[in-house]
Amino acid sequence: MEQDVNASGLGFSAPSKTTTVSRILSRLFVLFIIDAFASWLVVSLWENSSVILAIAAIIITLFVNVVIWRAELYPLRWMLLGLVLMAMFAIYPILYNVFVSTTNYGFGHLLTKDQAIEQFENIKYLPEEGGAYTWTAYVSEGSEFAVWLQKEDGTSFLALPNQELLAVQPGEEGIGELDELGIPLTIEGYERLNRLTVVRYINDLGNLTFGEGENIVQITSLDMAAELQPKYIYNPDTDTLTDQQTGIEYVPVDGNFTSADGDVLTPGFQIFIGLQNFVDFFRSPALRGPLVLIIIWNFVFAFLSVAMTFALGLAVALIFNDRDLPGRKLITTLLLIPYTIPSLITIMVWRGLLNPEVGIINSTLEGLIGWAPPWFTDPIWAKVAILLVNLWLGYPYFMLICSGALQAIPTEIYGAAKVDGANFWQRFWKITLPLLLVAVGPLLVASFIFNFNNFNIIFLFIEGGPPIAGASTEAGHTDILISYVYNLAFQGGRGAQYGQAAAITMIIFVIVTIITLLQFRFTQMWEEVSENV
Amino acid sequence: MSSTGFFSSFKTSQRRQRQIALVLKYLISLILISFALFPIIWIISASINPANSLASQKLIPDNATLQNYEMLLTENDFSAIYPYTQWFINSLKLASITTLFSISITTMAAYAFSRFRFRQRQNMLRGILLVQVFPSLLVVVAVFLLIQQLGRVIPAINLDTHAGLILVYLGGAMGINIWLMKGYFDSIPREIDESAMVDGATHWQIFTRLLLPLMRPIIIVVAILSFIFVYGDFILAQTLLKTTEQYPLTVGLYIFTSGQFSQQWGIFAAGALMGALPIVIIYLILQDQIVGGLTQGAVKG
Repeated sequence: MEQDVNASGLGFSAPSKTTTVSRILSRLFVLFIIDAFASWLVVSLWENSSVILAIAAIIITLFVNVVIWRAELYPLRWMLLGLVLMAMFAIYPILYNVFVSTTNYGFGHLLTKDQAIEQFENIKYLPEEGGAYTWTAYVSEGSEFAVWLQKEDGTSFLALPNQELLAVQPGEEGIGELDELGIPLTIEGYERLNRLTVVRYINDLGNLTFGEGENIVQITSLDMAAELQPKYIYNPDTDTLTDQQTGIEYVPVDGNFTSADGDVLTPGFQIFIGLQNFVDFFRSPALRGPLVLIIIWNFVFAFLSVAMTFALGLAVALIFNDRDLPGRKLITTLLLIPYTIPSLITIMVWRGLLNPEVGIINSTLEGLIGWAPPWFTDPIWAKVAILLVNLWLGYPYFMLICSGALQAIPTEIYGAAKVDGANFWQRFWKITLPLLLVAVGPLLVASFIFNFNNFNIIFLFIEGGPPIAGASTEAGHTDILISYVYNLAFQGGRGAQYGQAAAITMIIFVIVTIITLLQFRFTQMWEEVSENV
Repeated sequence: MSSTGFFSSFKTSQRRQRQIALVLKYLISLILISFALFPIIWIISASINPANSLASQKLIPDNATLQNYEMLLTENDFSAIYPYTQWFINSLKLASITTLFSISITTMAAYAFSRFRFRQRQNMLRGILLVQVFPSLLVVVAVFLLIQQLGRVIPAINLDTHAGLILVYLGGAMGINIWLMKGYFDSIPREIDESAMVDGATHWQIFTRLLLPLMRPIIIVVAILSFIFVYGDFILAQTLLKTTEQYPLTVGLYIFTSGQFSQQWGIFAAGALMGALPIVIIYLILQDQIVGGLTQGAVKG
């Protein structure tokens, strides 16, 4: 029953509760809390260089504000939490994925450029030329050191390892009287070392750093201590990093500061590289080879999985379509049991069953015919194994569906066909199958898409192996796109390559979108969807 | 030849055909059932096999023992490194919490879609379907980076926390289930709402006191689907969780299939059987409800 839509777009009238002052105040209060939290979140994210995420948070917060404030958006308030969660944890990752695929984000390029520069600027070195301090050392009973530093201009500091240099007077911090050179005679808890006694400790002393933050001092010789200098200075105008020690200049090239001689500084940083990831995959043979294999297998695997499970499920449903068959209920329940166990577990069970050394299948086969397929090491047998396991996992589903669908086909049609002299095969191909496909078609496509991205079976069974030799990224013969992506991002022996992984994910997106659109078109699902809306 | 003779032989051959077909069917069922069930039988057998080797398997092992179960469930050196019971609890915890929130979100959204007419209603419904085409699984890389960045700022939902993982699961809460529920809502006549409104009830009151109780069948179905989904998730948990104590069953059991355990399938078998139990129980007890709820939703939706 359709309601008339009034001017504000609502079927029911908007609750009049929005007009009272207390309602407005409570809404303002809620908004205040939300906005306060959001502001803190955005600022923190910004400071952590998560700029894109911060922007997303701003957009979401604005949306929440609008929904809470505007009366006609009242229905949306019912789903606000769900929408926010969906926006942040489902939609944002998709968009962020698009962004990451255009960068070189990954091992070696994990920082932003500013972060990398900051890191470089924190590196210090000890200048060769002389030192700025003379020093005297003191050792405590616990073999800890304190050093008294003196500058040329007469200022002195108490230096403790990794602590700030302190300008102290006698009487503070346990400093005793100063001698004629201005060096304390005693420091509480420490024993003063002279030129002879200090030699023993000179190695340890040389390894310590005194001071903190901007002023860091190290002992450079028996007489002198020097302040560490930043090794690199960044010039924003010329966008170069100069090594103070060697004088070499480095400019950003492809996400690393590189010298004219080709010396590359690490860490590198993320840069926007546009479609470079995609180009790399299509151009470079070392990458392209495996990728093509993987894409082909992805389609083949999905198609065969659907075909096989559908065929077996349909066959079983046909055979046991006879309602009068005694024990039918029991048989179908038993055949359904594989489906009730979480597939993850059964995949791992099959891994054990087919294990060449200790699995029962191979030992039985070898007993019978003296040979068993090398399930895990041979590329072809690995694929066979996966298809077999997937068949075992998937046929109950189609058995159920086909049973239901078969019973929906009116038996009069068969009667009429028999009268016309159609035999079993003709009845099957011309009547049963077409009618079945109308009902089951969308499910077949859904199953295809599901298997296209069936990470679990590929990963849990065999981690995508056996490995493709000579691939420059980790790729296996049974890898499908999604497992390949996973390895790129999280398992790579060469370090995580988020940018590349995101790029491959984009390719998956495109494929899935195309398939879904085709399905919508051919089965007119959109129309049905609209009708039900 | 008399007509009865002709027909009787005809009928006998028909009956013969039927008998042969029957025998064939039973034969096929036997083959199929063995194909379907032998991995399960094997795993039960492996779990009580002390030898921990699979090759020398009889159906009921020689020294059938519960030691594998003991190893997993009691406190000992082994379970200190591989906290199976903790994994079990984690799985149940993750699944329950997610399901609770998921149901709340889904019912409220479905109510709004069913009872209100607002400008973007149809587009939003289609949009939700569209977002579902790209599940979190696909964007696991982006999800990982997202939680990593958020976690630096809000440690409670960082990598390796259950809270972060639950949030990711809930990102997919607005999905197909809304369609299921909305269909169910649509089938409840508006008159109920209207008469309650005449009595001065608010939307919230109508929702909680009147409609939710009527929705019980479909709520159970959606809850079960959600529970099973989270309980059986591997990739998201594997990606976002790092320390062993945080793992759910799926990730923990995976460890038992890796290299060092290839000689110790008994442990895996015992763990897998116990882990599968909750789901199998749910299916068996509630299978009528599940099928009924789904078909009702389909018919009405």
